[in-house]
Amino acid sequence: MNILKIKEDFPILKRKIQGKRLVYLDNAATSQRPRQVLDKIREFDEKHNANVHRGIHQLSEEASEMYEEARKVVAGFVGAREDEMIFVRNATEGINLVAWAWAFRNIKKGEEILTTVMEHHANLVPWQQLAKSKGIKLQIVDVDDEGRLDMKDLERKLSKKTKLAAVVHVSNTVGTINPVERIVKMAKKVGARVLVDAAQSAQHVGVDVRKLKCDFLVITGHKMLGPMGIGGVYIKKERQVEMEVFLTGGGMISEVYKDRPAVWAKGVEKWEAGTPNVSGAIGLAEAVRYHQRLGMDKIREHEKELTRYSLDRLGEINGLKVIGPKDVEIRGGAVTWVMEGIHAHDVAQVLDNEGVAVRSGHHCTMPLHERLGITASTRASFYVYNTKEDVDRLVEGLEKVKKVLG
Amino acid sequence: MDIYREEILDHFKKPRNWGLVTTASKGWVKAKEVNGSCGDVMEMGLRVKKGRIEEVKFQGEGCAISMAAGSMLTEMIKGKKIKEVEKMSDKEMIDRLGIKISSGRKKCATLGLEVCQKLLKKLI
Repeated sequence: MNILKIKEDFPILKRKIQGKRLVYLDNAATSQRPRQVLDKIREFDEKHNANVHRGIHQLSEEASEMYEEARKVVAGFVGAREDEMIFVRNATEGINLVAWAWAFRNIKKGEEILTTVMEHHANLVPWQQLAKSKGIKLQIVDVDDEGRLDMKDLERKLSKKTKLAAVVHVSNTVGTINPVERIVKMAKKVGARVLVDAAQSAQHVGVDVRKLKCDFLVITGHKMLGPMGIGGVYIKKERQVEMEVFLTGGGMISEVYKDRPAVWAKGVEKWEAGTPNVSGAIGLAEAVRYHQRLGMDKIREHEKELTRYSLDRLGEINGLKVIGPKDVEIRGGAVTWVMEGIHAHDVAQVLDNEGVAVRSGHHCTMPLHERLGITASTRASFYVYNTKEDVDRLVEGLEKVKKVLG
Repeated sequence: MDIYREEILDHFKKPRNWGLVTTASKGWVKAKEVNGSCGDVMEMGLRVKKGRIEEVKFQGEGCAISMAAGSMLTEMIKGKKIKEVEKMSDKEMIDRLGIKISSGRKKCATLGLEVCQKLLKKLI
């Protein structure tokens, strides 16, 4: 894989920040978009823009065809069929859809949902809300001090009462790659359904719902080189028939009457009320193709190497403590740390001045931070266009941080 | 780098009026505020006489901006009338810092003022 050539595909990486070449290391928050994706969206806007599934005119037919083709591509990326992939705004919306259209209807008072303390708020708050409204018990699995799931605790908390396990595949904070396949097997034994949050994994380590055998899986476009405002939720056919409608209105019906209940659309459209983000879906499909051309194995290999290199280099800095697993086999491309006596915001601010973009704060994982005994941390997260030079720039920036604030 | 200009770093590293007020301290009132988005914590105590702030103490944990701002604020309000401090705006605090504060860090800059004004409400 020629990274310098890949870098060329991303116009934004040519930007200068404070007069220095931008080093973009905030990919777990959002990734950048390659020319191929930008061109595809522009092409749609300039040549094919129309509403889908309705108009009997050339443009509408083209737009509908492109939208459905996009669905096929995005579904295929996670090993699903097109009739199992629902387009949503983002992973958060996907999880909310599962919570209110499936879980609300299928989990009763006194039954349980199992999740973990390392979840992004997106995979925790919807369950808290649901639990509160229905009297469902939430079981939260602990992690060890390295940020790995405590599998014994998971085993303890999983029971016949568990109706759903909602688990993150790759942690956005500590980078841990969870053994989701094993978790699905364990959950199945007690008859629980499984939702996998793949917002940080589909594009970095790859996922296959057929292999995983999960019931639900969510992805988000903007973290995988695609546009913002588009994401997908895989829902197994058997679960779809157990689901109620969520948002209602146009697009999700087949017949509406003045004096009797409407008849819902068949298939995934039932959960796509209103005009969908058509150009977003098409852009996301193009982003998927970008990954497929490079090969997921190669992307993973590259990011693994960068993670290993950054763990080594950050390890050289006195007073800096990396949180999360040290073994890159179970760690995705997110490296997070705390610096003695220096607040994460100050770290990020000084780095920004050096043209290095990182994330600081709690990364939407407040319970995990609390569990690890820290209030805030700084995170560098990698993607296919990052290089070892980027890591070197980060390390130089951190030396500067120490000089200014240490 | 402008944002970490010397005066800010000086206040951060050697905060003025640093210290905690115990509940037993006579004539003091105190308040605490947390900046949830970054985990900054600040506690402030005041002693007021005839509507004027006679003494002020603060202690906290957080970024350089929030701690420097807290330190500067204690200097600003000492000797001032409660009514004046009540009316102080975020802008006044940011102007005192004398640096460009991005929207993401506004809360850091005004955390001290927030605690202080929360405290004053207790007095009325």
